[in-house]
Order: sequence, then structure tokens, then C-alpha cells
Amino acid sequence: MATVKLTIDRQPVEVEQGTTVLRAAEKLGIRIPTLCYLKDINAIGACRVCVVEVKGARTLQAACVTPVAEGMEVFTSTPRVLQARRHTLELILSDHPMECLTCIRNQNCELQEVSEALGVREVRYQGKTSRHEPDRSTPSLVRNPAKCVLCRRCVAVCQKVQGVNAVQTLERGFDTVVAPAFHLPLGEVACVLCGQCALVCPTGAIHERDQVDEVWAALADPGKHVVVQTAPATRVSVGEEFGLEPGSIVTGKLVAALRRLGFDRVFDTDFTADLTIMEEGHELIKRVKEGGVLPMFTSCSPGWIKFIEHFYPSLLPNLSTCKSPQQMFGALAKTYYAEKAGILPEQIYVVSIMPCTAKKFEAARPEMNASGHRDVDAVLTTRELGRMLREAGIDFSHLPEEDYDAPLGISTGAAAIFGATGGVMEAALRTAYEVITGNPLGDINITAVRGLEGIKEASVTLDGLTLKAAVAHGLGNARKLLDLVAQGKADYHFIEIMCCPGGCIGGGGQSIPTDTAIRQRRIEAIYDVDERMVLRKSHENPAVQTLYREFLGEPLGHRSHELLHTHYIPRGTVPRKEGVAK
Amino acid sequence: MAVALDKLSPDLREQRLREVEAAVARHRDKPGALLAVLKEVQGILGYLPEEALKKVSQGLELPLSQVYGVATFYTLFNTRPRGQHIIRLCESAPCHVQGAREVLEALKRELGIGPGEDTPDGKWSLELVSCIGVCGVAPAIMIDDQVYGNLTPDCIPGILASYR
Repeated sequence: MATVKLTIDRQPVEVEQGTTVLRAAEKLGIRIPTLCYLKDINAIGACRVCVVEVKGARTLQAACVTPVAEGMEVFTSTPRVLQARRHTLELILSDHPMECLTCIRNQNCELQEVSEALGVREVRYQGKTSRHEPDRSTPSLVRNPAKCVLCRRCVAVCQKVQGVNAVQTLERGFDTVVAPAFHLPLGEVACVLCGQCALVCPTGAIHERDQVDEVWAALADPGKHVVVQTAPATRVSVGEEFGLEPGSIVTGKLVAALRRLGFDRVFDTDFTADLTIMEEGHELIKRVKEGGVLPMFTSCSPGWIKFIEHFYPSLLPNLSTCKSPQQMFGALAKTYYAEKAGILPEQIYVVSIMPCTAKKFEAARPEMNASGHRDVDAVLTTRELGRMLREAGIDFSHLPEEDYDAPLGISTGAAAIFGATGGVMEAALRTAYEVITGNPLGDINITAVRGLEGIKEASVTLDGLTLKAAVAHGLGNARKLLDLVAQGKADYHFIEIMCCPGGCIGGGGQSIPTDTAIRQRRIEAIYDVDERMVLRKSHENPAVQTLYREFLGEPLGHRSHELLHTHYIPRGTVPRKEGVAK
Repeated sequence: MAVALDKLSPDLREQRLREVEAAVARHRDKPGALLAVLKEVQGILGYLPEEALKKVSQGLELPLSQVYGVATFYTLFNTRPRGQHIIRLCESAPCHVQGAREVLEALKRELGIGPGEDTPDGKWSLELVSCIGVCGVAPAIMIDDQVYGNLTPDCIPGILASYR
């Protein structure tokens, strides 16, 4: 690859041709401020915060989109540059509600950071301000366009990474707004509620629907027995809410923290992840043996479920009927656990700690009441749990390590890896192999399905049958596989799809920031958790074995069908209601 | 010019929507066809109603949000029915210094509406636009496709009368 020599702030640097000034400066340790730029996803030079002076150029250049050239002389902090950046930011701020102290993103806001970095001390411009009401039409996300800086990161991630296109830049000039088609509320269009937009929003313009106060109220209610479940991915990310390194494994501290908040029992979604493998693994075996619809798709990821319901309804028969681990947990907490503990199901309040905004929608689906009550009462994202613990003044990093409560807190390494792309597949193959062949699996690390490659394939030979599997994460990648399946060009038996890039560790409810490097570190942590477990195959989980013996009978049995399996709803992509054109 | 889709007789409505579908189909496999299709559809219906945009989205296999985003970005597209004639007044600097503001006042007085509005009889719509490329005859307006330049407020009643 040809290289180019240039100087930035008089320091020489040699980089590959085509590199942007921004990346070249990074190499020298010069941090040019950015606002709309998002590595690999959004480089459009829109906000003009990253402008630099290039010798010989008439105007200032946006570093995020300006490619380097031989002999270029770049200056990143001349008075002209600093003044231009500050003016630009002042203009952005002149139409921004200055509600920092009460904003959900207070102290984790890129607009705040960049204002501080540029030394903006006053906003000298007063002019027209845009008026937008918050959109609270979904159980998962709140849009607040009044705080939008029109960086278009959410548009880019929704379009390029997820292929959903729920929001777009509408109108022009001062009327420009990022919104769904026809200015409809998000709840009325084909949005999967994955929250990737919230994860990349530099401000508080789109964020999770906050349920912290609902959970505080339940904890304070003496008539309620409040149990909590923690998703696999949260134990490698919640530490980031307290300044720990990305990928810090904080399972024991998480349990301790939840106990200190006052939860009556601290259980684990990993328990029902193991259960999911039992049900889904047997469903797969049944479909293969009895000629059922193949390939079978995993069904753990609620953003993915909503996606297939909207965009590929003809493939719904391919979807496993298994509920997600969150919903299996809710259904069992208010039946099996209620019976065992001698507590009335209506007194039990189930809270989930999830890396996911779509889980809030899933818990609110009307069919998710197998126990006769709403199975999961409240879903908190990793970010909300972080806020709740800060409200409680819990010094997270100094907490002791504690263990989950039995029996719904007992799990295996196979459940932990649900949090990373490929994990459900690996866990399922570990169990399917042993159930079908009756022999122990030699190497249980099925590394072909691990990692951040968009689409991965693996095959396992079981008693003469070669089981072909594929894994996709991020809905843009999922589309590629689904199109092959829809055209009859895929001969897989089993496909794992996770809505978010990297799987749940990169979920829309995770700590901000979440980028590729951070995803990678959380993935490494997840496999570390697995390695450290004594039991690493779901069918070896003693609590799951007891559950079948005492309560469920057998996988895919009558009670399983009632409590652990579900159905899906074709939704279509066109809004049902007519919108209000502006 | 434009009658709201829902106010057409059922037969005419169906006919117009079939024309829209045919226009979309003609462009189906051409990359970058969206602008051309929207222009044709607006030619058929006089504006771009929601139902037509849904047909464009489905026909071209483009996200509805993107189709709507483009339709609302360009000032030449309308997502609601406009008057029979659209008056576009240039508000750029050359027209401004030559007296566009006074021309605008005359238009407002004669029509009884402001920029962005339509007369209640459905005859006129008034819009402010950026440069229409005839700075040499500033101040200027366009009525539909016809340009009128070197205007003074006194010209306005006569020009409007010629459309009656």
C-alpha cells in the first residue's frame, strides 16, 4: 500500500494513502475534537467541529473526511481553527436546551465534552429555537429531538449497520429533524427497538425509557417479593458504569450490589439460558429428525424477533418457538419458584437487568403472561442499573463478591456465552452433540463461531449427520443470511441471529461508549467467564435437571409448551396509521 | 392543480394510483431513480400524498423513511395539495436589494396569504425560494414554470389577473 508523508502541527507522519487527517493526527497523539463523526459508521463532515487549517487551502477542512496528501501541512490548533470550532459549537448550542443538570446523559455527553474541550464559556448567539415534543410512543426508547444536534449517527447506524431505516433526516434547513417517515411516532413504524441509535447518540436526543423509579417503588412495597435476574452480558459491562476497564468481570459484585439495593432474591438469566438450550436443542433435534422447517433460527434476541416480524414474516415458521431466557425466567419465577417458595405469584415482582432496550418491549408483549400475570414486570438496562446504584450511593468497585441465590441462580459456562455473538450456537452444539451421540464432546470450544466476523459458519458431525450452522450479528448481516434462506439457497440446519453488533455485549442498553474495541474486550471477558466455570454444558446444570424432574417433566413437554414457548406476529413494514404530514 | 387524493371520485382515485404505479414500474430497475419518480408522481397527482410515497417505497424497494426524507428535502416537492398555481418568490440577496420585499408585500396584499400558505379557493400558493437564476432581472418571481422579472409592486395585480 502506497504511503503519504505529511506534517501535522509541524510533526512529520507517514500514513497509508486514503487515510483521513483525523486518523493521521491520532497516530501522532493529536486528538482533534469531533461530534458527528463515528468511526466506521458516520464520516460526513457535517458538524464542522473537527475543522483544521491546511496550508494552501482557501477554507478550513473537516479532518474526518479530508484525505491526506503528499507534503500536506496541517495545523490543528491555530487561532483561526480554534475560533471557527468555538463559533460552530456556539451556534449548535444556541438551539440546544441547556438542561444538562437534569438530562439523562449528564456527565456522559459528547456535546458537553466537546464544549469543555473547546473552552466554550458563553453562547453569544440568540436566535430562533426549534420546538419538538419528546416521543414516548415505545416501551423501550424515548426520542427527544429538541436535544438533537443532527449528527446523523443514529440514521447511519439504523441504515448501514441494522438495515432497518426507522429514522431519517426529514425536511430541510432549520426545520430539519431526525424522525420516522411522515413524522410518525417511533412506536408506529417498523423500528425494532434495538437501541443502537441510543448507544451512538452523542447527546440525550434518544435514550432508553427509564424504569428506575418503578423498581424503587416495587422494592419499597412490603407486599411485594422482588426478584431480579441478570443477563449474561451485563456481568462484563456494568463495571464500566463505575469507571472500571471495559471487559471487567464483575459477576460477584453485581450480585452483591443487587442485594444491597434490597432485592429479595438475586437470580440469574443464565439459569434460563441453560434451559433455553435444553428446549431449543431438543426442538432442533426434533425438526431435523421429523422433517420440520429448517433452518431453525434462534429466538433469544427480541430486536431480531421484531425485525423478522416486520421484514421477513414469511420466515416466521423457521423461528424457534422458544421464548427468550428473560421470558422463560419470568414464567418460571411466577410458577415454579412461587410454588417452591410458597409465595403467591401476584406478590412476586420480576425485574431484569438487561443489555438491551428491546427487552422492555418483549416483556410488555401481551402474550408474555404464561404465569397468568405479566411474567417480567420491569426491565432495567445496564445504564439504568448504573444510575440506580449511584442513586443508592453504592461503592460498586469496593463491593465483596457474592453468589447468586439457588435454584434460579445456578448456571453453566454455556449460558454465560449467550452474551457474545456465536454463544448460543456454541452452547447448543455442546449439548446437541452429547444428547444425540451420547458421547462427550472432545473439544468443547467451538471457536469457528466466535469473534466479530459478520457471518460465521460451522459444521458438526453427529452420528453420521453433518449439522451445518451459521451465525450472524447485526441485522445488516442477518439480512444477507435471510435473503439466502428466502431464496432457498442456504442449506443450514441452524442459524443464530443476534440483533446487535457483537451480540448482547454490544446491546443498545449497554454502557456508553460501546465501540468495536470495547465489544471485543467484553467478548473476551465472556469467554473467560465460561472458562472459569466448573460446568460448561447446559444439560449438566443440576438446577435445570431438578426443574425437569420436579416440575416440567421433559424438554418440549406439555408444561414447557405452556410456559416456555411462544408464537410470533407478522407486522409488515408500512405504518398502520396514516401519518400527519407536516 | 392539485386535488387531495381522498377528494377524488373513487374511480378517478384508482386511475391516478394506477398511473403512479406505472410510473414507479417504469423506473424500477434504474439506480438513483427516486427523484425522477417523485417528479413524475407529483406530475400525476399534483402533490406527494402518503399513499403514493408508500407505492414509491415498495416499487423502488427503498425505505419509506428515505423516500419521505427526500420528498420533504426538496422545496419543489409538496407532501400536501397546493394551489392551482404556485408563486415562488426569490428571497436571495440580489432580488432582496432590488426590492423583493416590497413585491412580497404586494403579493400578500393581493392574495391575502403569507409564504407557505394557500388561498382558500385553492387557486394560489405562495412560497419563498432561493435563487432562481435570473438575477439580471431581479426582483423576480416564478408562477408555475413562467418567470416574471424586473418587478415592482404595481406589476403584481396585472400579472395575477392574467391567470383569472
